[in-house]
Amino acid sequence: MGTAMNNYALETRSVIKTYQSDSGVIQAVDDVSLQVAAGEFVALVGPSGSGKTTMLSILAALLQPTSGQILLDGQDLAKMDDRERVLLRREKIGFTFQANNLVPYLSAVENVELMLRLNNRLDKTGKLRARELLARLGLGERMHNLPGQMSGGQQQRVAIARALIHNPSLVLADEPTASLDTERAYQVVETFAGLIHEQKRAGIMVTHDLRMCEFVDRVLQMRDGKLVRIYATRDEIMELVTGGRH
Amino acid sequence: MVQTLSIAGYLAVKEVWRNRGRFLLVSLVIALITLLVLFIAALGEGLGNGNREYISKLNAELIVYQAKSDYLIAASRLGRDRLAAVRRVEGVADAGMLGTSSANLVLPGNVPALKVALLGVEPGHTGEPPVVEGRQLVTGLAQEVLIDSNTAYRSKLKVGDSVTLRVTQGTKDEFYELRIVGITAGQQYSLQPSIFAPFFTWDRIRPKSEAEVNISNPIANVILVKLEDGAQVDVVSQRLVQQVNNVETATLNTAIQALPGYSAQQSTLNTQGGFTLFIGILVIGGFFQIQILQKVAQIGVLKAIGTANHIVAAASVIQIVVITVIGVAIGALLSFLFSLTFPPTVPIVFNGTTSALAVVALLLIGPLGGLVSIRYAVRIEPLKALGLSS
Repeated sequence: MGTAMNNYALETRSVIKTYQSDSGVIQAVDDVSLQVAAGEFVALVGPSGSGKTTMLSILAALLQPTSGQILLDGQDLAKMDDRERVLLRREKIGFTFQANNLVPYLSAVENVELMLRLNNRLDKTGKLRARELLARLGLGERMHNLPGQMSGGQQQRVAIARALIHNPSLVLADEPTASLDTERAYQVVETFAGLIHEQKRAGIMVTHDLRMCEFVDRVLQMRDGKLVRIYATRDEIMELVTGGRH
Repeated sequence: MVQTLSIAGYLAVKEVWRNRGRFLLVSLVIALITLLVLFIAALGEGLGNGNREYISKLNAELIVYQAKSDYLIAASRLGRDRLAAVRRVEGVADAGMLGTSSANLVLPGNVPALKVALLGVEPGHTGEPPVVEGRQLVTGLAQEVLIDSNTAYRSKLKVGDSVTLRVTQGTKDEFYELRIVGITAGQQYSLQPSIFAPFFTWDRIRPKSEAEVNISNPIANVILVKLEDGAQVDVVSQRLVQQVNNVETATLNTAIQALPGYSAQQSTLNTQGGFTLFIGILVIGGFFQIQILQKVAQIGVLKAIGTANHIVAAASVIQIVVITVIGVAIGALLSFLFSLTFPPTVPIVFNGTTSALAVVALLLIGPLGGLVSIRYAVRIEPLKALGLSS
């Protein structure tokens, strides 16, 4: 167990998140343990209210669990204070969100460079890498466009570049295809998966669109806060994709 | 710290530049508020100056009034016997009578007569203002006057010219011709340009009631006192009240505050200025609050990707300061340009200290107005802003 743990970029152990509501205690995440290795792209799926978004928020160091451990590169997120979690998000995590992903007054390249700027690593090499990454994502002609001048798919690709530019250990994507048409959704997720594999990052994508699982290595299915099933083989995943069941 | 300011400055300036139309609009609103505040301050200074200029420039420390005159110069009556008594008091270096009245300066041609403050002073004594051109008054009975620069500007009179003063004595208009021997700096009194006559000449030509016309007992309004030691104001003031019959004393500052309408006028204008600044705070506060509400999600993203709260706050402060500085600069420039178009007769005076204070107050209204929005920005939860909270 101890030896295996070292191979994972991310590991959670018995994570629980409860909320107090008028109707009693709600168990949003119930004893979830999972592992993601570097270079592995994982999908977190489940119906509405299954706890996948809460789990993503915990993994993103945006929400503290009620109990359990979240180890990212060996550091326990659950034990960190606010300042340490801000620093961790800046240095070790890359994000893409459903919408409002980009800072609207920064151009595509400036949005990508922002992560390097925040980490005080914006030098000539960094600037060059930002441009190369955008060019690889097919945005060579759009580098100086503002988000408002780009399509939803282009904005998502800029967000992907921003999520990867600072070499984070973990890349999180919350419904990255929610606002895209099918063709663009496939393009975005395929590109995302390719870069995660190539750059050896641990990637987790929350999605309700099971077709997008075609590009991931494993699918973690949640229901009522619990991790109920893991689709680990290509056959299982493709069965899920074609079946379209949560 | 440098890193924080560098990132915050970058974000703030980029946002302002990329939304320059919207921010310029707010800067222009601040510019108009600046224009209004500076003009109210200048008007306050101009009107106040027109009221107090002569008194505030006096080379004296104390003014002696008739007792119970409530420090109203026009209500006080003091005879020459009191002047002698004042001069005998220990600690008094010099004292001079001051008589105040109004007259009409008759100008050649079809030009309407100029209303002036006709002030009687004792040549060579406290109360006679120094000339900037020509010479001082020589004797108390000479048919000569000094005019202040405002009178000179409005009447175009020069040293050596003769002036005709029209005054009402009894029921008749009387005309007196006097020669201008000197011009002083601005010495407005009661919002009028001034003419200074030797005291006995003044007493002869001043407006009089029927009963006063044939009386030759010169009565002044107040006595202006120069002390041997300016730090002994309280002591000498006490001696004056004790040793001179039926008088009260005031410092120049008290005398200015007691000038008719002065305090009311200044407090009215100060209140207007204060309210304008308050409106400025509300306008800027409102704008930035709406702005922050519009970009909750954007701030949520910034925080989610690791932007610390102090960077978000610093970016907001820098943004507010930048547009306030631009607005105040435009407003100050507009005020300066407008001020060039006003003739000196308009009571608007851009005094350096008053204007600087107004500018500092204006520069503070931005951050003050933006405080609520900055606090709001800092409290934005990235989870809620991004719709990730259950």
